[in-house]
Amino acid sequence: MTDQPIIRDEGRGPSVASAAGSDPPLLRVEDLVKHFEIKGGLLGISTVGAVHAVDGVSFEVRRGETLGLVGESGCGKTTLGKVILRLLEPTSGHVYLKGRDLSSMSRQELSEVPKQMQVVFQDPYASLNPRMTVGEIVGEGPMVHGLKDKAKLEELVRDLLAKVGLNQSHIHRYPHEFSGGQRQRIGIARALALNPDFIVLDEPVSALDVSIQSQVLNLLADLQEELGLTYLFIAHNLAVVQHISDRVGVMYLGKLVELADVADLYAQPLHPYSVALLSAVPEADPRRRKRRLVLRGDVPSPVAPPPGCRFHTRCWLREQLADPERCEVEEPALRDVGGGHMSACHFAEQVTAETVAAVAAVSVDQLLASALDPADAAA
Amino acid sequence: MPAPGSAVAPAGAGAPDHVLRIEDLRTWFDTLDGTVKAVDGVSFAIRRGQTLGVVGESGCGKSVTALSVMRLIERPGRIVSGRALLGDTDVLALSDKEMEATRGDRMAMIFQEPMTSLNPVFTCGDQIVEALTVHRDMSQQEAKERAIEVLAKVGIPEAKRRARQYPHELSGGMRQRVMIAMALSTEPELLIADEPTTALDVTIQAQILELMKGLREQNDMAIMLITHDLGVVAEMADEVVVMYGGKVVEQADAIALYERSHHPYTKGLLASIPRLGEKRRRLDVIRGVVPNPLNLPSGCLFKRRCPMAMPVCDSPPPVRQLEADHISRCWLTPDGGPPEVGMNASPAAAAEAAAALSVEPMTDPDAHKAVTVGASA
Repeated sequence: MTDQPIIRDEGRGPSVASAAGSDPPLLRVEDLVKHFEIKGGLLGISTVGAVHAVDGVSFEVRRGETLGLVGESGCGKTTLGKVILRLLEPTSGHVYLKGRDLSSMSRQELSEVPKQMQVVFQDPYASLNPRMTVGEIVGEGPMVHGLKDKAKLEELVRDLLAKVGLNQSHIHRYPHEFSGGQRQRIGIARALALNPDFIVLDEPVSALDVSIQSQVLNLLADLQEELGLTYLFIAHNLAVVQHISDRVGVMYLGKLVELADVADLYAQPLHPYSVALLSAVPEADPRRRKRRLVLRGDVPSPVAPPPGCRFHTRCWLREQLADPERCEVEEPALRDVGGGHMSACHFAEQVTAETVAAVAAVSVDQLLASALDPADAAA
Repeated sequence: MPAPGSAVAPAGAGAPDHVLRIEDLRTWFDTLDGTVKAVDGVSFAIRRGQTLGVVGESGCGKSVTALSVMRLIERPGRIVSGRALLGDTDVLALSDKEMEATRGDRMAMIFQEPMTSLNPVFTCGDQIVEALTVHRDMSQQEAKERAIEVLAKVGIPEAKRRARQYPHELSGGMRQRVMIAMALSTEPELLIADEPTTALDVTIQAQILELMKGLREQNDMAIMLITHDLGVVAEMADEVVVMYGGKVVEQADAIALYERSHHPYTKGLLASIPRLGEKRRRLDVIRGVVPNPLNLPSGCLFKRRCPMAMPVCDSPPPVRQLEADHISRCWLTPDGGPPEVGMNASPAAAAEAAAALSVEPMTDPDAHKAVTVGASA
């Protein structure tokens, strides 16, 4: 294995993407759990609790597709990505890449995983080593994996730079000489260097200005088509996720609460949390100032997630159904509500245009009333 | 509380209609590599009860404009020229002492990161109490009661208990509320909000935006809302200013800006964002990157990224009036055609044409309605 491993697998291409449905999944996540222990006590060595960052998540990513994962800070989406990449050890559960269980692999076997699975992080300022040139950053993976021939390595790096739209002559420059958008392109080139099938994109455009964000999103779409890549796209921006994804999963407090085709999920969300999340997004159209469904309060602490359904403490639907006890005691399973649209709500069938409209009208008024009353009383 | 009257605007016809009027503001930063003209001739006005959105990308000068008005520019930055009239008072001409009395009283500012304005060693309640005792001459007890009242007003549950907590004990959304409560405790005429919800999750952002809308109506306060989020602006703003390279490139009421934008930069921004409910295969992009502030192009600052660029764009473009409430700094005619003077006009002819076409910036919310297209120079 001197200079051979870096040959593109010509057998796989964009045509595979269209045949996604029948193929075995590229990635399968099964009941994945990641808890972070909280140390405390007198000596700080006893375990006094755990942050339930990811708590029993299962899903599949099909070859050639983009699966979007959305959710608010602390929902566990980034941790999930890191556990899939084995950057964090799972507490329990399995991750299968092309049918092989990553969690039971030896160190030796794991060292080959980067050739199949790569990652692009949010912060292009923090994720590139400032002391390495672009050439060294992009070429490091192939070099570690056996490409020792300097000329061939440089040729590969130049190809990759061209592929992500960077000037090939910038190969000897350092990260600080680039703008945020260009650095993210460097990060993408690095991810592509080992010719992976699967890339985890963790908030790849969140730190970029809008005009640059669209450039990077288009680049990701082009690369996917050209190289037949499969993406797990983690982001909090719902419009961006809608744009790039084929299917979308919504996370809340360590759980996957909804999973559906992008068009279905955005047209008719079937979990009360997804409804609220979509309703909260301000639209870039001043004529459509919608009456929002405003959730009360903050996300509960992941150290002590609510029993039963984790969303029940803030759920507008539960309130409308006169607080059924079931939500507090029984954890809802992620189930097929119809046509492959998965929702983890006992009452998903009741999430309809009517119930949403009824609550949207009330809760804005409620919020303002609760916010303004004290002052009115004092005035 | 006493309105400092040392710097009164001349020739003001009665009570001014605006809460804030910025005129030809220039704030520059002297660096070893040269002068960065972060804000270079910015003018606009905000009426009572109005929300003016200021949008643009990093480095366009939107935050520096706000910090200049608050007189929070530090070396190597300096306010080179211009006026910022808060009512009749030019805050840029106030002494430091007068400014201290004005800041946090008649105008207040909230930031993206609440910890920049919250002091970690004081409880939330104490910080509001301090603002009130300084600006409102209240007794400690009165101020305490008022602090709890404003905390409740911004939707903080158990305000009495929260008032005794320190900022680090609160979530991001709660801190943002405390900062808003602190800013609103003195009932300022003008609230400057610099990316107030950018660091927050969407459901919490929704809470804060609804809250700001409610409080604006209740207090009849003017808001200058600085953001890069075109969704937040569409939701909140009555009028929008688009900045690029330290200059206002377009200004219009919100609906006109979103539906009839004229400047290619504004058009590019609006086309480049993915929108909920519409699926496009590719997004439109604005090519290239923001120019280096130390090496700005001559003429139009946007020309190198502009799909419509013409030779005449090497000369500074006119500020055209398109509608009563709509201006654009661009050579293109109001209907988007090549300029009257020709696409290849000589610099001299271009300068003459620009002077003839340009209108006074929309600093006086009513006066500009009287200006006819192509009038003053």
